[in-house]
Amino acid sequence: MTIKELQKEIVNEFSFFENWTQRYEYMIELGKSLPLINIKYKTNENIIKGCQSKVWVFAELNKDRLEFTADSDAIITKGIIALLIRVFSNQHPKDILEAETGFIDEIGLKEHLSPTRANGLGSMIKQIKMYAIAFQTQLN
Amino acid sequence: MFDVKKIREDFPILKRKVNGENLIYFDNAATSQTPIKVINSISSYYSNYNANIHRGVHSLSQEATNAYELARKKIQDHFNISKLNEVIFTSGTTHSINIIASGYSSLLKKGDELIVSALEHHSNIVPWQMLCERSELTLKVIPITQEGTLDMKAYDSLLSQKTKLVFVNHVSNALGIINPIEEIISKAHKYGAKVLIDGAQSAPHIKTDLKLLDVDYYAISAHKLCGPTGVGMLYGKEDLLNDLPPYQGGGEMISEVTFKKTTYAGLPHKFEAGTPNISGVIAFGVAIDYLNEIDLEQISTYENELLEYGTNQLNLIQGLRIYGKSKNKTPVISFNVNEIHPYDIGCILDKMGIAVRTGHHCAQPIMDFYKIPGTVRASFSFYNTKEEIDIMIIALNKAIQMLQ
Repeated sequence: MTIKELQKEIVNEFSFFENWTQRYEYMIELGKSLPLINIKYKTNENIIKGCQSKVWVFAELNKDRLEFTADSDAIITKGIIALLIRVFSNQHPKDILEAETGFIDEIGLKEHLSPTRANGLGSMIKQIKMYAIAFQTQLN
Repeated sequence: MFDVKKIREDFPILKRKVNGENLIYFDNAATSQTPIKVINSISSYYSNYNANIHRGVHSLSQEATNAYELARKKIQDHFNISKLNEVIFTSGTTHSINIIASGYSSLLKKGDELIVSALEHHSNIVPWQMLCERSELTLKVIPITQEGTLDMKAYDSLLSQKTKLVFVNHVSNALGIINPIEEIISKAHKYGAKVLIDGAQSAPHIKTDLKLLDVDYYAISAHKLCGPTGVGMLYGKEDLLNDLPPYQGGGEMISEVTFKKTTYAGLPHKFEAGTPNISGVIAFGVAIDYLNEIDLEQISTYENELLEYGTNQLNLIQGLRIYGKSKNKTPVISFNVNEIHPYDIGCILDKMGIAVRTGHHCAQPIMDFYKIPGTVRASFSFYNTKEEIDIMIIALNKAIQMLQ
């Protein structure tokens, strides 16, 4: 599936939730099910320091696709990471670079990207794009 | 008679809704809410007598100057400060501390020692670390016990003839523990060391008599005292402030300026360079009036009830651990539940309209001491109620159920 299709799918999934409790319960479930980052990549080098929760993100190239693994010490943050990974992992770097992230807003989780939440998510999206730039040049 | 229902009417913000729920504001240690009187004083200043102070001969400037200086008098009286010119208006506690830390770089020499406590806010650590680096001084730290109180025996052993300055907070912002500052001050004075007390967290809850305390420097922020943000006060003993070089150069702080030499103005203007936050200072004075009308003694009695009630209710929750155990606390409860990340709890409480603070509270050394990423901090004020605490407990139980 393309990034756009995956985002549409997520927005569709979230449209079935009637209230924030259901949305958050789902996020928490996602957080719990997120495949953890390989411990050897859970290093200071791969850390995105939020003021409150920490995020680790690692990327590697598999043929011409970029694969992401990530983790966080806070479960809600981890749930959002799981969504980001579902959208961006196994995609071509060029498509990642061109992708928009408005779907986070559409599923009612925009507040988690606000700088005051200090959870490293805003930086994580930037980091995903940085990886995409780096690997894109490698592919060229 | 203390009537919380009536008091709540004074705070327009308490009527608002957050995420569709009634706002429950339990982040008072970060900033207090503002009563309508204080809000109106700012609007009245800009509507009626906005002018630059101390320099104009016209009526508006006179009125603004009088109101500004009246605020200084109110603050002098409130903290029982000996001389009016010992009250310096600043932008807040951080600014106040930086004035002293910066000034001391010319007063100290290599090898001199400073003592700080492990309970400090970063604003009472970093300026001193910068000073120590500049002037090659040694910074010593009073450790804390598991309960979160200062290890006073260790303090005794840190003091020596080399100690020049001790700086501690009256109350820890992260844990709410009240430190024995009387003892800290008198012991430091025996060695000729000066003491700075960060009163940011104590002034909203404890009436402080600076003359009686015999403290050398004292710093507070207006916004924790029902006043506006961006305003604070530095108190210093007159002779000590006279010995200190100015922090910033500019207008207002000079006596005479030529390109050969500038002489500085006397206190307090020496430390009030530039146009100050005039409306903010005036509103600060009104906030002090407001607190005194309710009476800090009554406030403190009521807040202790909230603290006790909140502590008891929270302790009923399985797996909940409160950090900072002492009989002497302000209404601050810092806690974690099992291994749940404080951020997650904070997010879910916010969904239910409850504002708590989560994280390291700008006091990372304390979090390192307990080996935790942070805590959830509920901090109460005199306009909060037991009913609000009950709602928080229900919300917290829901959060725990969701997160576990």
